[in-house]
Amino acid sequence: MKYRGNRQAITALVRETEVHRDVYIDPEMFQLEMEHLFANTWIYVGHESQVKKVGDFYATTIGTQPVIMVRDTPNSIKVLHNRCPHKGTRLTGDACGHTGRFFRCPYHAWTFRLDGSLAGVPLKSGYDNTTFAEGHAGSGMTPVRHVHNYRGFVFGKLNDVGPGFQEFFGEALSSLDNMIDRSPVGKLEVAGGVLRYMHDCNWKMLVENQTDTCHPMIAHQSSAGTAIEVWKNAPPGTKKPMAVEIYAPFMSSYEFYQSMGIRIWDNGHGHTGVSHSIHSDYSAAPGYFEQMTAAYGEARAKAILDENRHNTVYFPNVMLKGPIQLLRLFKPIAANKTLVESWTFRLVGAPDMLLERTVMYNRLINAPTSVVGHDDLEVYERAQAGLASDGNEWVNLQRLYSANEPEQRNVVADGTSEWQMRNQFRAWTKFMTMGL
Amino acid sequence: MTDQQLIDFVVREARLLDQQHFDDWLDLFTEDGHYWMPVEWGQTDPRLTTSLMYEDKLLLRIRVDRLKGRQTYSQSPKSRCHHVLQTPQIDQRDEEGKCYVTWTPMHYVESRADRQTLYAAWATHHLAMVDDALKIRLKRVDLVNCDAALGSIQLFV
Repeated sequence: MKYRGNRQAITALVRETEVHRDVYIDPEMFQLEMEHLFANTWIYVGHESQVKKVGDFYATTIGTQPVIMVRDTPNSIKVLHNRCPHKGTRLTGDACGHTGRFFRCPYHAWTFRLDGSLAGVPLKSGYDNTTFAEGHAGSGMTPVRHVHNYRGFVFGKLNDVGPGFQEFFGEALSSLDNMIDRSPVGKLEVAGGVLRYMHDCNWKMLVENQTDTCHPMIAHQSSAGTAIEVWKNAPPGTKKPMAVEIYAPFMSSYEFYQSMGIRIWDNGHGHTGVSHSIHSDYSAAPGYFEQMTAAYGEARAKAILDENRHNTVYFPNVMLKGPIQLLRLFKPIAANKTLVESWTFRLVGAPDMLLERTVMYNRLINAPTSVVGHDDLEVYERAQAGLASDGNEWVNLQRLYSANEPEQRNVVADGTSEWQMRNQFRAWTKFMTMGL
Repeated sequence: MTDQQLIDFVVREARLLDQQHFDDWLDLFTEDGHYWMPVEWGQTDPRLTTSLMYEDKLLLRIRVDRLKGRQTYSQSPKSRCHHVLQTPQIDQRDEEGKCYVTWTPMHYVESRADRQTLYAAWATHHLAMVDDALKIRLKRVDLVNCDAALGSIQLFV
């Protein structure tokens, strides 16, 4: 018990330009992250389109806690801890489905209304003249106390400490806004299937990599570089396929990534691709701009579509790609195990070609069978293994550091800066020690 | 076309993969051929639903060339694979159009360094005669656990 209850020991792990390896490899530290970081911050649960009808549910996790998102009334969504208050049995088998008017435990048939309250217990008289009604069991399924539905995106916060939703995300919500506004009717729905890829590495390695712009031309030379080489052999005049449009920009120069910029927000949020990104030069979908102009007017439509944010990090464990409607969720399982879920969205009212590209991007980049995914996982797993070395206990995050960073807000830095990674660790310390 | 000729083709295809003759393997596909590994059980659409793989010959060529590349760190050390096939069954036969569909349950093992993973799958081959040679128009691989949280699959099931 090196770190539990020891604020000083935890804060000593994060220095201005380096972090101690224990944040990636120590099982106690992982447990503390679940108890503090993933409880004091707003964690993405799911999208409202996954629970369209009253009684629809979707089972997931907040940190390592099993929860259910459920449509309990036509206009509200609840997030409940997914355990029966009797013996702890998880109440759902399928990851999503329709439960009707009640959740029914498969063990002893205790039933719960969609808001989690206890509806019935067989042989209830067995609890007559007891404290059952006032106890844990009698109060039903425990709701997650803080739930916020932001334009269809549902987040939950487990602890009472920690900032309110608006305060936590602040300016960073502009990336979600942009993604949603790309629908001519301002609406998204989950579509295209989800890719689930198990990683034997710490979840933070994945989050840091989202704004690591000095790795694509190196780590992905094998995949994106090969794609460019193969494409060179295509007969002259061949139309550039969508797949090459997706792969090739990964090999952009350092100058491309430097000049795209990184914007740093409070509480660990930030995004790459302020002025341009690898998504800037995709072919237009016929008819889409006309739909957007009709919906928003030309100036506003242009403003929405000119935004080409590359990767937005919603600290601690979400990455969003607004221009292609993709959300990656880095689900922590253990210090050295992370489940990466890659979700895609349909822009309601927009041409299918946009969903087709999004779905292809997801397959080419984020699948367990993706060559780009293989490149990344290889370096994460080597890092996880290399950190066992006692030769150096520190991970370096020093690129383009300046001492006055902590007092600056909503600023744009050189696109190859590691400022956003430092920003994440400043937030990490804040939420790990909040209330201690 | 005899049943045995179709069976021999499917068996040879797996052998080319096991012996890592990836260029020869790629030559088995028609120019408009596809390799499809769905991510959903019973998936019917490869376009608006994602897949583990849905690759035309260009994408397969990228994969094959990448496996040989010196900068391919995820193949250092290299992966190996091993197919165990049940006898392929001939599901459809169109002698006029020279098109055939076979169905082959299989176990597939992929190994790299100290790690070895077993997958179970059904392969559906859509074959066609092109210039007197049997070719793959579509190879569909349905993993029994297609929707599970999988680790890397780097070679070809």
